[in-house]
Amino acid sequence: MTIAIRPRRRWRLTLATTLALAAGLFSTAGHAGPTLDKIKERGSIKVGVGTTPGFFSPDSNGHWQGFFVDYGRALAITVFGDPDKVEFTNSSPQQRLPALQAGEYDVLLSGVTVTITRAFQLGFHFGPTVFYDGQGILVRKDLGVTKAADLDGATIGVQSGTTGELNIADFFRKTGKKFTPVTIEETSEFTNALESGRVDAITQDSSDLVGKRTQLKKPDDYVILPERLSKEPLAPAVAGGDDRWLEIVNWTVNATIQAEEWGITSKNVDEFLKSQDPAVQRFLGVDPSLAQAIGLDPKWAYNIIKTVGNYGEIYDRNLKPLGWERGYNSLWTNGGLLYSPPFR
Amino acid sequence: MSISEALAARQWRSSPTFQTFRVGLFGTPFNSAITIATLALLGWAVPPLLRWGILDATWTGTSRDCAAASGACWAFVGAKFRFILFAFYPPVLQWRPLLVMLLLLALLFFSAQPRFWRKRLLVAWFAVIGLSWTLMSGTLLPPTVPSSQWGGLVVTLLVWSICFGLATPLAILLALARRSGMGGLRTLAVVFIELMRGTPMVAILYVAVLILPMAVPNGQLIDKSVRAIIMIALFWSAYLAEVVRGGLQVIPTGQYEAATALGLGYWRTMRLVVLPQAFRLVIPGVVNLAIGFLLATSLLAVIGIFDLLNAARSSATDPQWLGYYDEAYLFVGFVYFALCFGGSRYSLWLETYLRRPDRGRSAPHG
Repeated sequence: MTIAIRPRRRWRLTLATTLALAAGLFSTAGHAGPTLDKIKERGSIKVGVGTTPGFFSPDSNGHWQGFFVDYGRALAITVFGDPDKVEFTNSSPQQRLPALQAGEYDVLLSGVTVTITRAFQLGFHFGPTVFYDGQGILVRKDLGVTKAADLDGATIGVQSGTTGELNIADFFRKTGKKFTPVTIEETSEFTNALESGRVDAITQDSSDLVGKRTQLKKPDDYVILPERLSKEPLAPAVAGGDDRWLEIVNWTVNATIQAEEWGITSKNVDEFLKSQDPAVQRFLGVDPSLAQAIGLDPKWAYNIIKTVGNYGEIYDRNLKPLGWERGYNSLWTNGGLLYSPPFR
Repeated sequence: MSISEALAARQWRSSPTFQTFRVGLFGTPFNSAITIATLALLGWAVPPLLRWGILDATWTGTSRDCAAASGACWAFVGAKFRFILFAFYPPVLQWRPLLVMLLLLALLFFSAQPRFWRKRLLVAWFAVIGLSWTLMSGTLLPPTVPSSQWGGLVVTLLVWSICFGLATPLAILLALARRSGMGGLRTLAVVFIELMRGTPMVAILYVAVLILPMAVPNGQLIDKSVRAIIMIALFWSAYLAEVVRGGLQVIPTGQYEAATALGLGYWRTMRLVVLPQAFRLVIPGVVNLAIGFLLATSLLAVIGIFDLLNAARSSATDPQWLGYYDEAYLFVGFVYFALCFGGSRYSLWLETYLRRPDRGRSAPHG
């Protein structure tokens, strides 16, 4: 028996070794050293972003702005104490994940959904979820619909060839209601279909729907239903192989959430410097022992809050004007999903 | 009606202009039907377009003024004009891309005229492209600006000129190799050309961005734009090589034999006898390709380079000016049209110009 198995095992071993060697070869070619060393040597962080209103978009002077862009600046504050030591590069959805592996970016803040396939197979790590997105439904108000289950017999526009098409079909099969799907190829056609009455509702990721709603002639005549048909947690992604860089990403996000929980904002952060709460003292660097232990500038969290603001401020500045409700993206104390581990 | 008026009317009716219009537009019932249908179509399409584009349009102001009006928002194009031309280039240094754009346009202007087709023009291409790159990157004149900050119309023009400038000499060598008597060389050229022509440009761009850094040691150190430019130049050279080869095939064998009889070697035969004649034949074809290449640069968007089209599209994602995609695309369409229409008119003119035998002979001496 052993004799019969041995040659096969040896063959497998050879294959495994070859693959490992090849992987090693590619990974050394891809990332020469830990990401953080490269960042410090370069003097700036390379961030891959996309173009979605409110999340990332250039203003008229070519200055990047948006929810994820602010997190890129927060990272630059943690590493360099300077919000401008960051270089944003536009990444297209097709090339962003391989480009991250190839070392084109230090961190992807382009709204990547965390999935198990990506976590296991693609060789990079996700930071904490900064935005809980999900597939939503945009309907005309005059239909009198308040929840997705009311949409029995409705005509719904879906983007062809996306998971959105599957999700909506699954949803209606589960609820036992009927609907007529209308597949739409061009994303710009969605608003036309809705306005002309060709469809009663359209369904896409709610981050897209919010942008679509503002493009309608009368945005106030339409409403996004509260249900989310899919889970799309958006998180920063970093290439594997530099744990310290991953932790910096993790705790930069956590700091903005923790600050909101304590009620620390960019306006009142200086008053909190006088706080007697030892946890707040550690957080803001009044007591430098924690920062010294982890090897960061004692003022890192203070600088982030002072410059960029806490989670709520970042959210309100970028997403509230577009009509975003906090929803799942509220603090856990308000019934949302945002929860920062303790700073101790 | 007086006699003189009647005479004038008859004269007008028999004038060639009137005849052309009458026969052309209403000569047969079918022609009349087409004319009436076209007029109806124009009557249906033009007034709303005019109302949207001009009468109800907002020309200045903010997005709030635009939202109040029902027409096009040209104020958006005004506000985003700088971004569409230069994208992320620092506004304080924007004289650099402006100068580069003027240099490149001047280079094209001079290259387009046969009387400047001399060796010095080649030198000018090298000089202008070298100067443009150093100006944009600021290597000689700090502060430096990384190529990830370049964008807009200037990148479209720069990438196009560099790739076209690199691809042309390469294409000539490839075309000669494909017609050469050396079997190995010929096979290599055939394989390269067919491989490139059998691959979509998007795939070539992905190779430049994703495969090249892994395949070449320290490939990450070479700038992404440089990698893309190299791959695009290789890609275009395959297409150009086939056009050049078409020209070479037309040159009669007698020309080669005569050159050989005079004792000219291979390279001198090519340089003095064959290529000058072949060029004259292929130039209209090359200009056609060049126009197609200019439009193809918009594919750079898939690897995250902010070309003209990408810059215009992302202008409409600014929450301050959200959703003015129609205006953005129309404006970019107009810029592309102006460039390409100019190119195609030029190509027509050049074809007639070179067809005259006296011009054809005297053009490229120099």
